[in-house]
Amino acid sequence: MTALLLFSLGFIIEKATLILVLFLVTLGVAAYATYGERKIAAFFQDRLGPSNAGPWGLLQPIADGVKMFTKEDFVPNQSERWIYILAPGAFIFVALMASAVIPWGTTLTLGGLNWNLQVADVNIGILYVVGLASLGVYGIMLGGWSSNNKFSLYGAIRASSQMISYELAMGLSLIAIVMLSGSLSLRTIIEQQSGMWNVVYQPLGFILFLTCSLAECNRAPFDMAECETELIGGYHTEYSSMKLGFFLFAEYINMFISCTVISCLYFGGYYFPGLDPNWLGGLMGPIILLSKSFFFIFVFMWIRWTLPRFRYDQLMHLGWKSLIPLAILNMLLTGAGILFFGK
Amino acid sequence: MQLTQRSKNVVNKEMTFMERIYLPAILKGLLTTLKHFFRKSNTVSYPKENRPFAPVYRGWHVLKRDEQGRENCTACGLCAVACPAEAISMVAAEREKGEEHLYKEEKYAAVYEINMLRCIYCGLCEEACPKEAIFLTDRIVPSDYVRQNFVFGKDKLVEGVEPDKRIDVSKRQKHKTEA
Repeated sequence: MTALLLFSLGFIIEKATLILVLFLVTLGVAAYATYGERKIAAFFQDRLGPSNAGPWGLLQPIADGVKMFTKEDFVPNQSERWIYILAPGAFIFVALMASAVIPWGTTLTLGGLNWNLQVADVNIGILYVVGLASLGVYGIMLGGWSSNNKFSLYGAIRASSQMISYELAMGLSLIAIVMLSGSLSLRTIIEQQSGMWNVVYQPLGFILFLTCSLAECNRAPFDMAECETELIGGYHTEYSSMKLGFFLFAEYINMFISCTVISCLYFGGYYFPGLDPNWLGGLMGPIILLSKSFFFIFVFMWIRWTLPRFRYDQLMHLGWKSLIPLAILNMLLTGAGILFFGK
Repeated sequence: MQLTQRSKNVVNKEMTFMERIYLPAILKGLLTTLKHFFRKSNTVSYPKENRPFAPVYRGWHVLKRDEQGRENCTACGLCAVACPAEAISMVAAEREKGEEHLYKEEKYAAVYEINMLRCIYCGLCEEACPKEAIFLTDRIVPSDYVRQNFVFGKDKLVEGVEPDKRIDVSKRQKHKTEA
């Protein structure tokens, strides 16, 4: 009994530490993604970007945080007060939860202990991520609706219809991956890519998944939920102070998680040719995965500062008339490939 | 009238297959932005670095002193007459005994004011001046909240006596002799 208690206590401490570290890393990456976004946007437009707060403007996220926290926390008179307050919390909560099933590396040896670098190796890992992605729309929907502002409501409605449309194509392109690996567990999917990355077998699926990820993250060219020029910020028009900060932050967390999931599904997760994820006491795995993830964050920003926003009907045409048929085609081709060549 | 060769005729034709899959066009756009990513920025971080001014730039006026630190201006009023914006006003005074180290000639300007909001920085005062007393420099007139503060008196116009407080107008003088 005591042994069992000790074991479970150790288990709880291990998981709690991992969750805390993961939480801090996610917040840190999201904070510096805002800095990266501004800096990269500036470079793409032949500007300098933030350069005054600290060397090369590196303290800019902290300055932004102070600004967000010290601004007036305004609640509109006609809003649904409790839902209005709940929405940003729900949004960021859902965004933070997704990192639980991502395997960041094999095992980390630290202080004579073996740390399993995955909070929960559930056997439906990727389904959990997709499920949370669709839950994310609740934060936007509640926020937009409870603001009692027509622009916010437009933004929320656009966001929800867009997310529902693109989840279909996303799920269908995922099925091809699941057919290849025969498992929904992210760990198994990555382990099977130790030889060859999935993107080699699934180039079409990768492009579809990338497009749908952009749409799911509400990133340009699919940022219909925000639409600065048309909806003045969309669902978060009425938000101020750290509530707005939560929304913006959660979007960057979503982007980080999406990029990590793309790296896990199509680019071999913590595997890289010529590098062993067990090096440096297991620290090499997270380094490889994070580098891939940062590269995709850069690609997301690159796309944002290149392409103009889609019109709403074009978005729906692309989603329903192109991406979903292509995803089904991709699924069929994968099935045929497995049938004839036997993966 | 055709101004450039870059205009394209808009045709409402059906898109070809390559155009409909978007990807070639997207890649082309991504390459264009990537080129800009590695290009040097044109930004001048103004308070930290200054862009060089042209030698003919006309900004904040200076009332010069001679080598011994005496004011050149004799309050003849030619600058005020020449001024098309009527921005200059002055009150002349006679030099007393014991003030020879302050003023070059027997008459000097006790009050010399330029309204920097009226001034059009044309440089006619500089051209009119027979004593090489007033010059326009490459200094920018600082901003302010109150109109009255834009009426610059002698405290803001006359250069200092100390060598490090002298304002260099050699660019303007050269320009003047050539003209």
